[in-house]
Amino acid sequence: MDAHSLIPEEHYIRKEPYYEAVGNEIAIFEAAYANKLPILLKGPTGCGKTRFMEHMAWRLKRPLITVSCHDDLTASDLVGRYLVKGGETTWVDGPLTRAVRVGGICYLDEIVEARKDTMVVIHPLADDRRTLPMEKLGQLLEASDDFCLAISYNPGYQSVLKDLKQSTRQRFVALEFDYPVAALERKIVANESGVEPALADKLVRFAQMTRNLKGSGLDEGASTRLLVHAGKLITGGIDPVIACQSAIAQAVTDDADMLAAMRELSSSVF
Amino acid sequence: MTEAPLSRVEIEAHLDRCLETEFTFHQVGPVARALCRLTREDQAFVLDWIKRIATTHITLAFHFAKRAPDMLNRLDRRAIEAWAVRLCDTYDRAGMYAALAVAERTGDFVRTRRHHAAGALFEDVAPVLGNFVRGLSGRALKLDQGESIHTDGERLFLPAILAEMAEAADNFKLAKACIAFLWAQTRFGTLRVDLRAACAGYAQPERALNQLLGLETLRLSARIEHELPGLGREMARLRAASGNTLPPGWAGIEARMIAADSTIETSLALLDEACALSDFPPWCYAGELRPEAVAACRAARLDTEKARLRIKLAELAAEHAQKRHADPGTEDTPERGFTVEPRDEAGQLDFEVTLDGMPIAPPPDVKQLLASVWLDFGDIPPEYLVPAGDGEYDASRYREQPEDPDAVWQGAYHEKGALLYPEWDMGRQHYRKNWCVMREKPVPPVFDDFPRATLEKHGGLIRHLRKAFEAMRDENRLLKRQEHGDDVDIDALVEALADARDGREMSQRLFLRQHRAERNIAVIFMVDMSGSTRGWINDAEREALLLLCEALERLGDRYAIYGFSGITRKRCELFRVKTFEEAYNDVVRARISGIQPQEYTRMGFAIRHLTKLLGDIEARTKVLVTLSDGRPDDYFDAYRGAYGIEDTRMALLEAKRQGVRPFCITLDKEARDYLPHMYGAARYIILDDVRQLPLKVADIYRHITS
Repeated sequence: MDAHSLIPEEHYIRKEPYYEAVGNEIAIFEAAYANKLPILLKGPTGCGKTRFMEHMAWRLKRPLITVSCHDDLTASDLVGRYLVKGGETTWVDGPLTRAVRVGGICYLDEIVEARKDTMVVIHPLADDRRTLPMEKLGQLLEASDDFCLAISYNPGYQSVLKDLKQSTRQRFVALEFDYPVAALERKIVANESGVEPALADKLVRFAQMTRNLKGSGLDEGASTRLLVHAGKLITGGIDPVIACQSAIAQAVTDDADMLAAMRELSSSVF
Repeated sequence: MTEAPLSRVEIEAHLDRCLETEFTFHQVGPVARALCRLTREDQAFVLDWIKRIATTHITLAFHFAKRAPDMLNRLDRRAIEAWAVRLCDTYDRAGMYAALAVAERTGDFVRTRRHHAAGALFEDVAPVLGNFVRGLSGRALKLDQGESIHTDGERLFLPAILAEMAEAADNFKLAKACIAFLWAQTRFGTLRVDLRAACAGYAQPERALNQLLGLETLRLSARIEHELPGLGREMARLRAASGNTLPPGWAGIEARMIAADSTIETSLALLDEACALSDFPPWCYAGELRPEAVAACRAARLDTEKARLRIKLAELAAEHAQKRHADPGTEDTPERGFTVEPRDEAGQLDFEVTLDGMPIAPPPDVKQLLASVWLDFGDIPPEYLVPAGDGEYDASRYREQPEDPDAVWQGAYHEKGALLYPEWDMGRQHYRKNWCVMREKPVPPVFDDFPRATLEKHGGLIRHLRKAFEAMRDENRLLKRQEHGDDVDIDALVEALADARDGREMSQRLFLRQHRAERNIAVIFMVDMSGSTRGWINDAEREALLLLCEALERLGDRYAIYGFSGITRKRCELFRVKTFEEAYNDVVRARISGIQPQEYTRMGFAIRHLTKLLGDIEARTKVLVTLSDGRPDDYFDAYRGAYGIEDTRMALLEAKRQGVRPFCITLDKEARDYLPHMYGAARYIILDDVRQLPLKVADIYRHITS
């Protein structure tokens, strides 16, 4: 099959993305959306934040525009800019503007990574004004009722330089995510990767062990996403210990002793 | 081509020199005779180690020399090296008597007489297995080196070398199995009962303890096999390779011990029966039980953990009461206190905690405490769940923090609460482990006229410095003529369009881009507070620090200031003047004012500790600047001279390996003799005149961070 390009604001998710609710996050999101409140997702990497957003976009039947923020992302990258075409300048909307125009869900992933000036454009969108100032055009874009702003951030990487300011966080309805409890995580891993429940159980056991190591050599334990990756490798015929080493251990650390310890842990479980 | 071995006479001459036989009267003749039969390579190896150990203690070196030739027949060099290091470590830790005991017991060290056994050395396996055991659930256990394989419930001990197996990989697996088995003792309740009391009623208590270990070996091996099947298979293979089998008559007992519901009580109930059977020879990974060590450790733990848990619960309760207070919507629920329900989360010991019927998420340290208490009792005793009342405990006594650094010196000497750092011994060519006893102390602030007077005296200079430092600030700049950018560069566009009309090639660089380079620097100033700085140098140091702070505030770099001094390795002190978190304020100024000359200049520990602090900081560039007036030195100690220089050099190398850039500013005019060796060329500066110090330091800082 050929790859085909999609236009984000016209792309609706047709097939239900698999998502297991951990608590009442779906109800809270729906209530916040109905009341035009912006949403903040907190939680470690790979615990299902992005998947949750896809699921909600499907539920609410709105296009989802995701922006992965990085330290070079500026306000113009979100709002838009002039480009030069054949001797003329033309305005090109950024992803946030597009979402505001069509009434989609704009999801700014890892917002703290972006430059500080991006906050300036988010703030008026995130309170009852619901407007996007477009300085360069001299316009103020009012969001339609369907528009929704969601941002995510990982409190685990907190540092003085990269923390969410109170003025920002106090505009959002916060949803906290964590790794699901063992039984649910087993179900998710089995469902997503196609491994047997018994094997999914062992993968979850191994994940718990790596999470015990958080703070004593590891910054972060294995995420549910990594378990799914390992599960897929195992379904593809890779030996479980090797799958854990490549999909999980190598992904969370480069330290040789820690890698060796994780190999010993996985070879103990399987 | 191999060289011819040294003759007996040559060896004797060498030993005479190393062991100073002229004064010590050690009989080197027999040693030389044994050594001259070795190959030249082996001779060189042994003689080198004799020389290295002799720098620690000559008698120790002599005992090593007496045994080394025989050991070469039985072990490979790596293992002998480990043995030599262990001799020195034991000497460092426990003195000559203990070290000689280790030397006497070479037989223990080489239990198997296999030639060139590929043993698993403790220091090789410890980093890996330490992480391994932390990954398993339960109490946070530490690995330590000991005489035998055993645990006290908090630490797991392995011998310096495990060499039961023929292959290196198998010896590692054996070490892993030992660790897992010791972990299982803490996790599955072996240590929950008083083992000594349980065996006391028997005619031969020691034999009963051995039989009990046998019963527990069966039970725990089965539990491990169930929880960690991969490890279970490995352990079965090790048993087969070591010839461990079930002794005759034990089959009936085994069936009961491996049942999923068997506990330590099952073992105790079957102990009578087991004592009537034949001896249970310990399996390869079983080690031994040390009831006294377990009991002592447990007794110390119970009270502290009870207090800690109750204090934590009181904090949690207060937090929740506050929340409820703030949220008037919730009804007042009747006070039902805490309940804790243990649950198994995929092999993980986890707890469901409720407060007044409402589930709450306990923080990780509370979970860790609950796990530890649960392991001691098999449940959480109700009295542990009563939040501590006001004033019931002195919370500070139970917090995990260093003791008052000065109180330590008033009473009997102990190392409680101090941090231990290694030191490089150039003679031994090896680290002395846990050698420096280090404590951080605050500098008592002195609120006097000094800061104001200094700022007045150097007013002009400060203005100049501030300007210079402001210029270093990498301000946001608008970059013109970029290929990509936020805005169109009109000048560039007009030019490009004109070019296009002219038929020339049109430039692609038509945009403006906002450039923002963030200075991401963390720097620690390590200030010499030794006695030799008394007088002018101390004044100049303090002035320099004040000026530097004034200038740095303009720049926004993160910085910390620590003073260092000490007397002997037992009293190494770092004085906090300003930490990274603290803002530059009157108190910091008063502490700078309060910097007073102390004792000597031991440097290695200070560099190692500050490198560790820098390691915890997230910054692109990390710099450690030393302000000093002389070479490393200590009170009547080997630290004076080459030893101190080599240790400092090693500490600096370690710092560099961890991405820290060291720099030294010194007033010692002879520093050219040793500083290039320690810091490397161009990583130091020598000031001829103390008065230059305040003027120069800020200037130098500019140099090394830009």
